[in-house]
Amino acid sequence: MTIRLAFLIALMGFTGGLMVASFAGFREFIPGLLMGAWVTVQITVLAAILAVVAAMAAGLAKLSRIRVLRWIANIYVEIFRGTSALVQLFWLYFVLPHFGISLSAMTVAVVGLGLNVGAYGAEVVRGSIQAVAKGQYEAATALNMSRSLTMRRIIIPQAVAAMLPPWGNLFIELLKATALVSLITITDLTFRAYQLNQVTLRTVEIFTLVLVVYLALSLVITIGMRALERRVGADFGTGRVL
Amino acid sequence: MDPIVSFQGVTKRYGYLSVLKELDLDVAPNEKVAIIGPSGSGKSTLLRVLMTLEQIQEGIIYVDGQPLTHMERNGALVPADERYQRSVRGKIGMVFQNFNLFPHMTALQNCMEAPMNVLGLSRQDAQARASELLEMVGLADKMQSRPNRLSGGQQQRVAIARALAMRPKVMLFDEVTSALDPELVGEVLNVIRKLGDEHNLTMLMVTHQMGFAREFADRVCFFYEGRIAEQGPPNEFFTDPKNERTRAFLSAVLEAH
Repeated sequence: MTIRLAFLIALMGFTGGLMVASFAGFREFIPGLLMGAWVTVQITVLAAILAVVAAMAAGLAKLSRIRVLRWIANIYVEIFRGTSALVQLFWLYFVLPHFGISLSAMTVAVVGLGLNVGAYGAEVVRGSIQAVAKGQYEAATALNMSRSLTMRRIIIPQAVAAMLPPWGNLFIELLKATALVSLITITDLTFRAYQLNQVTLRTVEIFTLVLVVYLALSLVITIGMRALERRVGADFGTGRVL
Repeated sequence: MDPIVSFQGVTKRYGYLSVLKELDLDVAPNEKVAIIGPSGSGKSTLLRVLMTLEQIQEGIIYVDGQPLTHMERNGALVPADERYQRSVRGKIGMVFQNFNLFPHMTALQNCMEAPMNVLGLSRQDAQARASELLEMVGLADKMQSRPNRLSGGQQQRVAIARALAMRPKVMLFDEVTSALDPELVGEVLNVIRKLGDEHNLTMLMVTHQMGFAREFADRVCFFYEGRIAEQGPPNEFFTDPKNERTRAFLSAVLEAH
């Protein structure tokens, strides 16, 4: 695994070097793009936090014994998973004001993308909890543990270990989906690129550079999630989860 | 003496299939009962309904004089709710065929979890109790190991210590050596023998170890199609079985060995 990571990092360095060599003068774009990248990072991190919270709540609600909670969770998941993320952003940004609710573009970006990814995450949470062996519940009952104690101390810690790899996927999806916010007036990485391109017409350099920045950001997510998986795997004494 | 466990007319059905049929069974305090029988005869189900892992459809189960499956309300017995069941089932502990240890906890943590969070013991007391029990089952040097670093026999001994840490009055053993490699069976049976000598424990064990049942149990119950077809002291039971089914089962089992 370390070898593979080293390979990826080397590939990044190589690509970067190539860029320096072939696109002389690309430096003038860097400050603008970095400012955009910072906005992209902010939206990704905040939306990811919201997505995890929403997914945990909805995933647990889907497994609840209370029917109303199951319904609410199902409606949330189906709406946010079954419609276009771009249309969701447009709706929150352009339609909600007609009902008297005006949110800033940043708020819409974080809420919209967070809830969107959270809907997919809810299924990950539900699946991971259901994948915990039935014998674990039985052992907890035999030790006279209550349902909530069983969930908190026995089931969820094991489910979290199993849900880390799919969450890595979702976070990368989220990062890439942030490009949509350029269409609701936010100057993120993609919007900066679009602006710079309009002014300079250096299309090749600008959009290649943007690709590299997205790739670098997603590699940060990959590496971070792998470290987390190793850490949690170590808690199971395996180094490799289940 | 009053029975510590009493099944009265207990029927357990899965759909149309009756797994326990109007079963009556009394177990005396400190009695060791071995439960044998062909697969599907209801012997594991007996332990599972007593542990409240499954609900029964008819009849009633008493534990230590208290109804387990029902509770009193306005002078009548109604099906027990979860809260009431928890107040009674603390007297029962269970060890499973597949150990079911918590994989994210060390052997010690496995044995401390419920004493701390269910019985409310302090960390210190729970740790003292857990390490004493792990020593008793011969795992003093494995307390900090996680289950996947332990052999099957070691895992099962941790599971026994974990159940004992709750200080149950009745211990249920559900085919606890069936998932073990043959050379590991002895170490687990030795621990159970030791429990029989040192602790004032009632034990119900479903087992395929006929030799162990014969040597250890006070009574052997032979299950067939959801009923107790024959029961008695092991010497009588194994040397002079009265029931035709028992004879057929015993000769089939002995042939296999």
